[in-house]
Amino acid sequence: MNFEFSDDQLVMKEEVRKLFEKEDSVKRNRNILEGDENFDKDLWNKVVEMGLTAITIPEEHGGIGLGFLELCVVAEEMGRAIAPIPYSSSVYLATTAIINSSNDDVKKEYLPKLAAGEMIGTFAHSEELGTPTSDNAKTTFQNGKLSGEKIAVPDGDIANLFVVSAKSGDKVGLFLVDADSKGVEVSKAECFDGSRSYANISFKDADAEIIEDSSSEAIDKLLNQAAVLFAFEQVGGAEASMNMAKEYAMGRYAFGRQIGSFQAIKHKLADMYISLTLARSNCYFGAWALGNDAPELPVAAATARVSATKAFYECSKENIQTHGGMGATWEFDCHLFYRRARLLSANIGGQSLWKDKLVSSIERSNLPQ
Amino acid sequence: MDFNDTAEEAKFRKEASDWLSANAEKKEHSRDVYRPAEMTGEGGESSALQDAKDWMTKKYEAGWACLHWPKEYGGRDATAIERVIWAQEESKYKVPGGFHEIGQGMAGPTMMLYATEEQKKQYLPPMAKGQEIWCQLFSEPGAGSDLAGIKTKAELDGDTWTINGQKVWTSGAHYSDYAILVTRSDFNAPKHKGLTYFFLDMKSPGIEVRPIRQITGGANFNEVYFTDVKIPDSQRLGEVGDGWKVALTTLMNERLAVGDASGVDFQEIFELTKESDFNGENAISNGGVRERLADWYCEYAGLKYTKMRNISALSRGDTPGPDASITKIVSANKLQDIANFGMDLMDNASIIKSDDKDDIRALFQGSLLGAPLIRIAGGTDEILRNIIAEQVLGMPQDVRVDKTVPFNEIPSGSKN
Repeated sequence: MNFEFSDDQLVMKEEVRKLFEKEDSVKRNRNILEGDENFDKDLWNKVVEMGLTAITIPEEHGGIGLGFLELCVVAEEMGRAIAPIPYSSSVYLATTAIINSSNDDVKKEYLPKLAAGEMIGTFAHSEELGTPTSDNAKTTFQNGKLSGEKIAVPDGDIANLFVVSAKSGDKVGLFLVDADSKGVEVSKAECFDGSRSYANISFKDADAEIIEDSSSEAIDKLLNQAAVLFAFEQVGGAEASMNMAKEYAMGRYAFGRQIGSFQAIKHKLADMYISLTLARSNCYFGAWALGNDAPELPVAAATARVSATKAFYECSKENIQTHGGMGATWEFDCHLFYRRARLLSANIGGQSLWKDKLVSSIERSNLPQ
Repeated sequence: MDFNDTAEEAKFRKEASDWLSANAEKKEHSRDVYRPAEMTGEGGESSALQDAKDWMTKKYEAGWACLHWPKEYGGRDATAIERVIWAQEESKYKVPGGFHEIGQGMAGPTMMLYATEEQKKQYLPPMAKGQEIWCQLFSEPGAGSDLAGIKTKAELDGDTWTINGQKVWTSGAHYSDYAILVTRSDFNAPKHKGLTYFFLDMKSPGIEVRPIRQITGGANFNEVYFTDVKIPDSQRLGEVGDGWKVALTTLMNERLAVGDASGVDFQEIFELTKESDFNGENAISNGGVRERLADWYCEYAGLKYTKMRNISALSRGDTPGPDASITKIVSANKLQDIANFGMDLMDNASIIKSDDKDDIRALFQGSLLGAPLIRIAGGTDEILRNIIAEQVLGMPQDVRVDKTVPFNEIPSGSKN
């Protein structure tokens, strides 16, 4: 049994971690939160230079041709660094949707540009409060034209390329719209986590290409794949939060001793570690299922997603609690992780939705044996 | 990432599986476990005990007992990963167990480090063979989590020690042949410095074993009283006053020996929610029920894959992470909550007591009553959280007001 990332993958992880440490990604997060820019272009360029936007793209389309396992280790570091860049939108979502596609023309045209970072993609899915499903989708695709209103599109004001879910006949499929097309109107929205940018997008008879229109399962598959990658990002953020809490508890003195010597704090940290360990182990199985396109992916993805969402929420909120009043100030970095934890919990469907999906997947697969 | 054996591992697995299939009966499903022919003993162990001894002897004679021990002491010189593979294969068969963990898992490794060569040759092979059972005389009425606070007194006269005092929570003392024992030999030294460690024959004059009836109704635990019990100095393990260090060796092995909590788990509650009626529909259709199922599945899977990560570490020859503490905290609490929730779903029917092992009520009722014991035995939830915080995360130890004070000046609320 070898249920661990390979040495090469771990070296890659280390390199990405070093990049974010050197570039002080957490500080850059604050710059975006407090400034007028919608993402850190300089950091984005460095990520592109390192080839991180090309990892899963086949070599014939200008990529590096590695697998999802490599993307998982990068995702964990993205989360640890709370990087203020549109990486998840462009790579986990838009790029993966196009790689999944059976439309070779779309692959040929867009994958090289996504690999080179010349284009930034995203996924426009939500339409109203609550969960987007095949039944409530109002956006439509007909005769090469797409129309509808999408809300809370991650990096919607940054992306040049939208993967859009829309109804085509009785199916809900995935379609591709260039941001510069006629009939596309982008309005930036204020975001709960100001280090990331969101927009509402209106499509009126915009030219669109087909990524997948033969079955509604393409969306489920994309969301399951993204769930594993986001779960790694959440685990990275959870671990960073736990480590911040630990460092503070070791350096802060009260009642004549380190607060980290009180069981009330030690047991809190132990619970964070337990939550994180369970989430990490579930992520590893998710990575295996994702990398092998295994039939276990729906169960594995939901398990990773639910436990990583829980871990990041718990670690980020208890990190603030461990810091006391200072943790609740704008000045300390604790809230940057707390905001990011909340954003990542909602971005591809909330916890209740994924818990329900998990049980449905277990029912369908007759797991566990 | 893959779940495949290496060529060597596959070869070992086949060898293990071939021997098992020739010598034991395969389970038809995961709940198809070994059941003793009769359950007449106070702790319900009589025929189970002899069956477990005989199965261990059968394994010993074929070279499958105490796999990782050196061959000269009755083992196989197997690697850590081979031990895991054996356990995986053996768990597919209906075989008795549950009596040798303290001897082979705790006393054995301690003897291996501290006994003389002659003693190792005398005691370890019979321990591996399994006809002799060992128990652990550690906890006392006034010293549980704070084990170093023990008061059982050891006095040396010539080359013989005299022991007086009381131990408690001693699993299996009533059927054990030998024991490991921690005593206090110096009441004027600080608490961790005045301890001395022995092994002894449980048939020694002056030992009285009294069963404790526990919450489940069974009696696997005992009080053990010592009145002028004599132990030759040759049966001391470690130096006089160095007993704490020796005890830590035993305790480290205890945490490895205590694994998953046995009883209801995700499968049982999943099946129950599919079968039971809740307001006119199956319970599993209810949103609240589904949320609980999802949480327990995440814990169940998280423990399973944590174990696999550790097996991978063993397979590479690395030291596995300290997952034993996590496993025990999570699985014991999950067991308790699942049992409680399952009985809630059964509603009034759950109140009627059942002892029929094939009745699902008996399984949930037994788990609910057994869970509190599991959360305490082998390190309480609280002690295990300390261990995670201190040994994994490197946080400071608790402030201890009693560490440097002579033992007889430490305040104690206990009458013992």
